[in-house]
Amino acid sequence: MRFRRPEPRPDAVADPARGIELRGVSHRYGDRPVLTDVDLHLTEARIGVVGANGSGKSTFARLLNGLVLPTSGQVLVDGLDTRASVREVRRRVGFVFQDPDAQIVHPTVAEDAAYGLENQGVPTAERAERVTEVLARYGLAGHADHPAHLLSGGQKQLLAIAGVLVMRPARVVFDEPTTLLDLVNARRVARVIGELEQQVVVVTHQLDLLDGFDRVLVVDGGRIVEDAAPRAAIAAYRALMERR
Amino acid sequence: MTLALYVPRRSVVHRVPAGGKLLALAALAVLLFAVPTLPVVVAALLGVLAVGLGAARLPATALARQARTVRWWLAGLLVFHTLFSDLPTAAVTVLRLLALVLAAAVVTATTRVTEMVAVIERLCAPLRVVGVRPARIGLVISMALRFIPVLAERADRIREAQAARGGSARGIRGLRTTVTPLLVQLLQMAHTISEALDARGADDVPPARGRRSPAPAA
Ligand SMILES: Nc1ncnc2c1ncn2[C@@H]1O[C@H](COP(=O)(O)OP(=O)(O)O)[C@@H](O)[C@H]1O
Ligand SMILES: [Mg+2]
Repeated sequence: MRFRRPEPRPDAVADPARGIELRGVSHRYGDRPVLTDVDLHLTEARIGVVGANGSGKSTFARLLNGLVLPTSGQVLVDGLDTRASVREVRRRVGFVFQDPDAQIVHPTVAEDAAYGLENQGVPTAERAERVTEVLARYGLAGHADHPAHLLSGGQKQLLAIAGVLVMRPARVVFDEPTTLLDLVNARRVARVIGELEQQVVVVTHQLDLLDGFDRVLVVDGGRIVEDAAPRAAIAAYRALMERR
Repeated sequence: MTLALYVPRRSVVHRVPAGGKLLALAALAVLLFAVPTLPVVVAALLGVLAVGLGAARLPATALARQARTVRWWLAGLLVFHTLFSDLPTAAVTVLRLLALVLAAAVVTATTRVTEMVAVIERLCAPLRVVGVRPARIGLVISMALRFIPVLAERADRIREAQAARGGSARGIRGLRTTVTPLLVQLLQMAHTISEALDARGADDVPPARGRRSPAPAA
């Protein structure tokens, strides 16, 4: 089973089949509305999010694991409210940021990969085993003791992904994971994302990343203006951008 | 700038616990100041080289790099003592410092930052009484080591960007025009870093328990 520790709150019973639910969610920074009236039920394995700069995509992504809490409405992950059970929610929903440099917090590769496991109190032996395994999976096995700042941009992003996946979340949110990478590394990261068995939500400007996705959301001015299969959603997004 | 001091090898020296190595280093320092004679100092220097180059199989360059950082200091000591003391004193003083610098280099080259930090955390364990979390101190040290090179790189990039547009990075003005955008980038980055720590469960640390090592009996 996935649950290492029972949820401390007896009233909050997790049900993995429920996916991620947003109920009447709005978010504002100060008095500036950034997301308005979002109602969604995300159960598909591959969900893309597109939209112009500043449309609210990152705020949306951060709502899904409680990095941002809604100013009104509710976000539920497997039935757990992000407001009430933020720790448990974050264990279930991993998050990969755009800039790998800002999410690698330890000086060497293996140390960084182990960070989340230390936080979870995973015993040393199991930690070492899981770190070795995850580094091998992402082609970083030979770099375990290298300083993270000597990795290439692509390798850094793979390390950031490894540092999240080693914690075995059931779902992973990516916020523009390939924006800072060159074509080769962007493809590599795209392939890694494609191979994940987890539920994946990807915010991206690289539309080819969304090939084969189940569902794509188009965000505009803080609202979900399109919610469809990739082809239809991307066509709507292009039309929207051309109208500008 | 390089903080890449650790040299991965499979050796006995690498396997010795960090605490043991630090103790040995301290003991060596005490010995060299307590018994400052030429034979002892020369023996210590040879011993350090044997451990570093022999047992730990470190490349000579790893040690030479550290020796180079103190070369002017060594030269200064040599001149000073030759002029104001005598040649044997000069030799002992210089070789002693060299032995200690190389010994420290051997310890840092054979010990992972994590292990070193774990020792520091253990030393800080008594601070728990006043509510300090040793794991947090360890994290801060690790993060400093991690982000110094990142900062240096960002500063370089800003300087390049300014140079590309004909700016000059010299003098006080250059310093100011680099520091301001660097600070802005830093603040933005700090926000993301704190989110990244949260996302990986930074607050999940079970209290009253060391993060990296079994807590000493509390
Ligand atoms: N922490 C914050 N404080 C205030 N305003 C913010 C903050 N984060 C984002 N915003 C603003 O909210 C809007 C949406 O931002 P964001 O969700 O990052 O959009 P996107 O990721 O689509 O570019 C932007 O106008 C942005 O300036
Ligand atoms: Mg964004």
